[in-house]
Amino acid sequence: MGETKAHPMNLLRTYILPRILQWALVIFVGISATFLIPRLSPINPVDEMIGRMTAFASIDPHAVVSMRESATALFGLEGTLLEQYGRFWARLFTGDLGVSFGNFPRPVSDIIAAGLPWTIGLLSVAILISWVSGVFLGALAGYFHDRRWAQFLERFVVVVYPIPYLIIAFVLIFVFAWWLKWFPLVGGSRGQPGLTWDYISTLLYFGFLPALSLVIGSTAFRFIMAKSLTTTEIASDYVQYAELAAVPKRKIILFYVARNTMLPQVTDLALSLGALFEGALITEVLFAYPGLGFVLYNAIYNADYNIIMGITLLSIAGIATASLIIDLLYPIFDPRVRLR
Amino acid sequence: MLTTIRDLFRFSPSFRFGSLILMVVAAFVLLSAFSPYEEDRLRRKVKRNQPPSADFVFGTTSQGQDVFWSLTFAIRNTLIISGIAVFIGRGIGVSLGMISGYLGGIFDRAAQSIVESVIVVPRLPLLILIGSILRGSLTMFTLGILIGILDWAYPSKRYRAQVLSLRERDFTHTAVFSGMPSFKIVLREHLPFIIPFLLADVISGFLFSIGIEVTLSYLGLANLDSPTIGTMIYWGNYYQSIPAGRPWVMVVPMVTAILMVLGFYLMSVGLGEYLDPRKRLVRLTAHASDEADEDDPRKEKEDAWAP
Repeated sequence: MGETKAHPMNLLRTYILPRILQWALVIFVGISATFLIPRLSPINPVDEMIGRMTAFASIDPHAVVSMRESATALFGLEGTLLEQYGRFWARLFTGDLGVSFGNFPRPVSDIIAAGLPWTIGLLSVAILISWVSGVFLGALAGYFHDRRWAQFLERFVVVVYPIPYLIIAFVLIFVFAWWLKWFPLVGGSRGQPGLTWDYISTLLYFGFLPALSLVIGSTAFRFIMAKSLTTTEIASDYVQYAELAAVPKRKIILFYVARNTMLPQVTDLALSLGALFEGALITEVLFAYPGLGFVLYNAIYNADYNIIMGITLLSIAGIATASLIIDLLYPIFDPRVRLR
Repeated sequence: MLTTIRDLFRFSPSFRFGSLILMVVAAFVLLSAFSPYEEDRLRRKVKRNQPPSADFVFGTTSQGQDVFWSLTFAIRNTLIISGIAVFIGRGIGVSLGMISGYLGGIFDRAAQSIVESVIVVPRLPLLILIGSILRGSLTMFTLGILIGILDWAYPSKRYRAQVLSLRERDFTHTAVFSGMPSFKIVLREHLPFIIPFLLADVISGFLFSIGIEVTLSYLGLANLDSPTIGTMIYWGNYYQSIPAGRPWVMVVPMVTAILMVLGFYLMSVGLGEYLDPRKRLVRLTAHASDEADEDDPRKEKEDAWAP
């Protein structure tokens, strides 16, 4: 084998550094877009807010003027666009996302921080389960593609996959929470938070349906990809050789085929994080699960722009960073990148 | 084109089934033209909260709307919104992907890093931000444009990959060496390969747009006065139709949404099988043995390959 030991600097230059630049670009593009969008819109949020406040009560005109000033300052709408842009970044670096209008004067970062652990918990459990089960079920169904159970599984997945998250979640609520009453309709947990079984069991009980609704859709997606990758993989020479050499099927699937199909799935996971996060938002809205989705829903209802903006910014930065981490971990899984 | 569709019908059960579903959907769209009620005057026309019966096939809502006729408008409007979104999204995606594939160089690298960045950015929060700012002034048309503007990055990557692989094919080299002008190569030699991909891609664009329309409407961010699948679900939920024992108000639009995406998706599965070279080979052998007697097999082969 003419394998030379790869220089770590080489990996840094050809793989890690470009990826980090990419990450910086995503953050820059995403955050700039979030900054520009409200400013490009024909509707002034300050007028909107004051219009809503003065709609039901007559307010002294002087008060309206000073209200307008303070609201303009709150939204960061003073000065030229460039000045606003500079201040926007400066505030972001200090973690200041402004104050909530719905829960005045609670800082947006506070409200988001309260919802974040729920979303991260729900999302990571759902991603873990759906990734593993999608990859392995797909490998099994691809390998035993002429078995009846494999064909049934594929039919089922083909029907489930295109259904929007919202509708999957609705169906689960109707059937299991409303009709059969097996699971609670709303909420995230009961009782005193702590590391007791009583509390953790309520976490599982309340989180089961929201997680399931996410797992169904994302497993279907993973399954379809895994199955098509497996179909290509089992045509390879090494699989046929292993079969001729009477290597146990279990071993061929787990150690040869699935290992090879996993690699593109790692890359794809980084790309599909955004979609999974969106699914989690929708699920949390429907189940009134106390994560970011529910915070966002209330913010839409109250026209609480600062919260909507804060969640948008956080989700862009969060998803970009999470997918950067996955990509940076990739060389650990794939020796070919390491030894390039 | 016609041979492609004929072949698809013949060899792909999922394409057949999918297009059957979409034909029913299309029939509903046509029916909307014969509705006894006008689109913007659907409310308080019939008795409220009636279960499905001979008079009201899908029952009526708490606002006195006939669910059946609302549905015909809703399907049409959802398809219009998705159609606009798909048109804009694919327009940007196809042109950007093909240009950066053909040009290469710095333009390609710059475009690719932007595309890679846009793919990672989660779109729903951005849509919600825009939707909540424009609330009230978001019409069907602007909603479609909005969805389209956010749905071009992934497709453009696929077109670029297609162009890159087409550029390296032998027939491209042959055409270049025989002095065929570049635009002719693109139009006559490459476009026929791109179009089937475009078709599959258009379908997946519809899947995305329908899902987003339903979601945004459910969140109350679309124009709630015009009937769409999403707003039907929104109002059904608003008036608590399930707890109040009027499931038809929500079940009907939800089942419709499922059938619509399923129809589109099955068609794209059939198309994907058709585009897959390995499966194509299987089909060709079946095809050739079918008609080997009457046709020159080589000609038959060319026919089936031409998209």
